[in-house]
Amino acid sequence: MSDDTDLLLRRILTDVLGLKQNQASDFTEETGLFGHLPELDSMAVAGLLTELEDRLDIVIDDDEIDGEMLETYGGLLAFAKAKREQA
Amino acid sequence: MTPLTWPCPLRDGTTTDEYALSFDHARARRLLIVPALFDEANRLRRLTVEVMRRLDGAGIDSVLPDLPGTNESLQPLEIQEPQDWSNAMAAAASHFGATHVLGIRGGCLFTPAGFAALHYAPAKAPGILRQMLRARTLAAREAGREETREGLMHLALTQGIELVGHRLGPEFVRRFETFALRTDAVEITQETLGGSGLWLRAEPGESASQADALAAAIARALA
Repeated sequence: MSDDTDLLLRRILTDVLGLKQNQASDFTEETGLFGHLPELDSMAVAGLLTELEDRLDIVIDDDEIDGEMLETYGGLLAFAKAKREQA
Repeated sequence: MTPLTWPCPLRDGTTTDEYALSFDHARARRLLIVPALFDEANRLRRLTVEVMRRLDGAGIDSVLPDLPGTNESLQPLEIQEPQDWSNAMAAAASHFGATHVLGIRGGCLFTPAGFAALHYAPAKAPGILRQMLRARTLAAREAGREETREGLMHLALTQGIELVGHRLGPEFVRRFETFALRTDAVEITQETLGGSGLWLRAEPGESASQADALAAAIARALA
């Protein structure tokens, strides 16, 4: 399986944040997410995680969710890649 | 667009006035719209009303009632049960003489039987509840408190629970968990509209092209 996790994750963030096409391609590993973007409140993050589950075909347990994975784009990408490898 | 009231049935057999938005010119095709639920109601309200404007232009009447305990309703949300919402929407559809009903997302759970139904991007009850519980555990964690889904469900089923600003009673949670979508509705998928669902947006958004596409799909189905 070729790894399209990065692409899919950028698409999900584009949808959740209402970004313009390609705006999410500027995200780097260090780009801040939860706690950095005011529009990403708990309900938005819950929606984002649900979309991650649906589109990446993974299941995320609540106790897997921690500050580190949500803090930066790189953290979330690493988490999503690891989950897909387990799946 | 006209605000009006309709008699909403209560469990004791009486009624109370609830509010609705309408485009009513006594035309032949009349659509009752059951709004999206909770957080999604806010994010999709603009799209919903924009679709109603377009339907009006296409010669279709529409009415958007409040679910009891939400929006302008004066009833407390925490005494509501899913069956009350179903009864309320059935009463509203009869009162307005609807010929068709449209559910939006979680609103699809409450499109009254006996009316031809369209479902736009229907959401299932367990998923809605799960996402609200997850939002609450995330907010708690951010505040330095640890809450688990199991603990919250226990609380919800015994005392009721506040989830992202919505106070739900224990009976609501218990019955909503297993509340199923009717299976005879015509589904309008997000792919039909193009773009991603506005309910995903962290901030309420709008899309003229999605409103155009949803109104067109409804008009086709009602033709």
